[in-house]
Amino acid sequence: MGTTDKDTQAIIEIRDAVKVFQEQRALAGVNLSVAKGEVVLIIGPSGSGKSTLLRSINRLEHLSSGSIRVADIEVCAANADIRRLREEVGMVFQNFNLFPHLNVLDNICLSPINVKKIGKNEAREQGRSLLAKVGLSEKEYSFPDQLSGGQQQRVAIARALAMHPKIMLFDEPTSALDPEMVKEVLDVMLDLAREGMTMVVVSHEMGFAKAAADRVIFMDAGLVVETGSPRELFDKPKEERTRKFLDNILH
Amino acid sequence: MSQPVTIVIADGTLIPERGNKGVFSAWRIALIGAIGLLIVVPLINTAEVQSFVHTLWLQVFPSSTPNPVLERIADGSYRNYYWNALKFVPDGLIITFQVTLLSIACATVIGLFAGLGQISRNTLINRVSTVYVEVIRGIPLIVQLFYIYYSLGQLLRTEGVLAAVAALSICYGAYIGEIFRAGIQSISRGQMEAALALGMTRRQAFRFIILPQTVRVILPALGNELIAMLKDSSLVSIVALPDLMTRGRQYTSQSFAYFETFTMVALLYLVMTLFLSRLVGIMEERLQKRGRK
Repeated sequence: MGTTDKDTQAIIEIRDAVKVFQEQRALAGVNLSVAKGEVVLIIGPSGSGKSTLLRSINRLEHLSSGSIRVADIEVCAANADIRRLREEVGMVFQNFNLFPHLNVLDNICLSPINVKKIGKNEAREQGRSLLAKVGLSEKEYSFPDQLSGGQQQRVAIARALAMHPKIMLFDEPTSALDPEMVKEVLDVMLDLAREGMTMVVVSHEMGFAKAAADRVIFMDAGLVVETGSPRELFDKPKEERTRKFLDNILH
Repeated sequence: MSQPVTIVIADGTLIPERGNKGVFSAWRIALIGAIGLLIVVPLINTAEVQSFVHTLWLQVFPSSTPNPVLERIADGSYRNYYWNALKFVPDGLIITFQVTLLSIACATVIGLFAGLGQISRNTLINRVSTVYVEVIRGIPLIVQLFYIYYSLGQLLRTEGVLAAVAALSICYGAYIGEIFRAGIQSISRGQMEAALALGMTRRQAFRFIILPQTVRVILPALGNELIAMLKDSSLVSIVALPDLMTRGRQYTSQSFAYFETFTMVALLYLVMTLFLSRLVGIMEERLQKRGRK
């Protein structure tokens, strides 16, 4: 999984990313490249810009300056092919954001049918196999509000995978979950990582980081403060700010 | 998952749902009472019953003045005005229905665009629709009706049903626009973001994700508007449209039986609005059920 020559294989390339919200600098010049198949975990205090960075990758946020390249797409270009970008990049949200008026299977099939224009039967077949993959085969006709948080998040992951993305973004996927449901979601994410999916995860789940992450990035005040392997960063952080933050979240 | 949002319009009709016992039984009492009166009063108000009532009355108050009803019964000019009023107005009922249904359809379309316009990021569209809503909501419906019928009517040569439907739709479009705006804005931002992240265009996201959820949220409010529209359609009688109210007035102008006629007209309106409010209640119950079957 770990790649030495990241520049040639980088699938995400972020250069000097700056994002200003009402005079506040959410991102203050971030450089980051992610190799194909790499799993990167981003940690940092709230307001450090980690979610903004993640949301910039599929252009839910538009950078104030700087550039992002995903595969061969210049994300910030005026003529960027946004639709193709979002097919390449799947996203999972903190609050799941399942569509409450559609059942589980329709949640998964809606975009493949209407965006990718694949046939209904094919989409449903694929939807069923994705549901099997996240362990929810028996729930295809349930509605989101009948599912637990963990089940909803697993459906959300299946829904994102239905577009066959090359990259998956996870924005605090377990923060809204009751503790006993965290594991079922992390297990699905671990499976994905083992299959070689490129993943950028904003999360403070140390266990997941140690089991699956190639790199952990600590962000603060809109900047990347420190980067390292999970072991390096968690056990021997070099920066004072990193150490302070880790002290706080470990207790 | 976010809690389902309901919009409460304070001055609207109460929507009877099975879950809401108080409103539901009030609705039932009103409906049974109205239908009962509509049937019973014209049936029993025959000359015989009237004279019987007055005989009783004279027993209790012997000093009363001679009874005009008895005189009219004696010379054969007595009429059952309740019954006659009821026979006189049904074609007005049809016009009332036509105007209401046409207007609610047009007003919903106008309202959808007004609501979308108000949240549009295009400044021009946004201003136009917001000003439309503000201006229309500031003018009484009856003034709008006069305006469209007499002023615009001269320019565009509109009349009758068309003028009535135009005035009602333009007026209600503004209110329904507000309902759509509030409904759309009540859908959490995450829904739009999830749809965009799945590769949908804003238009697709709106059609597949936002609008279906909006409809569910605004249905009670929209039902209220439909009922209010039915009632306000009585104002179109001023533009000489032979609706239920006009027909009632026509009947009183020849019979002078104001009490009897407007009792019947009022009961007919009441029965219609009660049926409609239950219909809206049933739709709501269905939608809620489908959400969590």
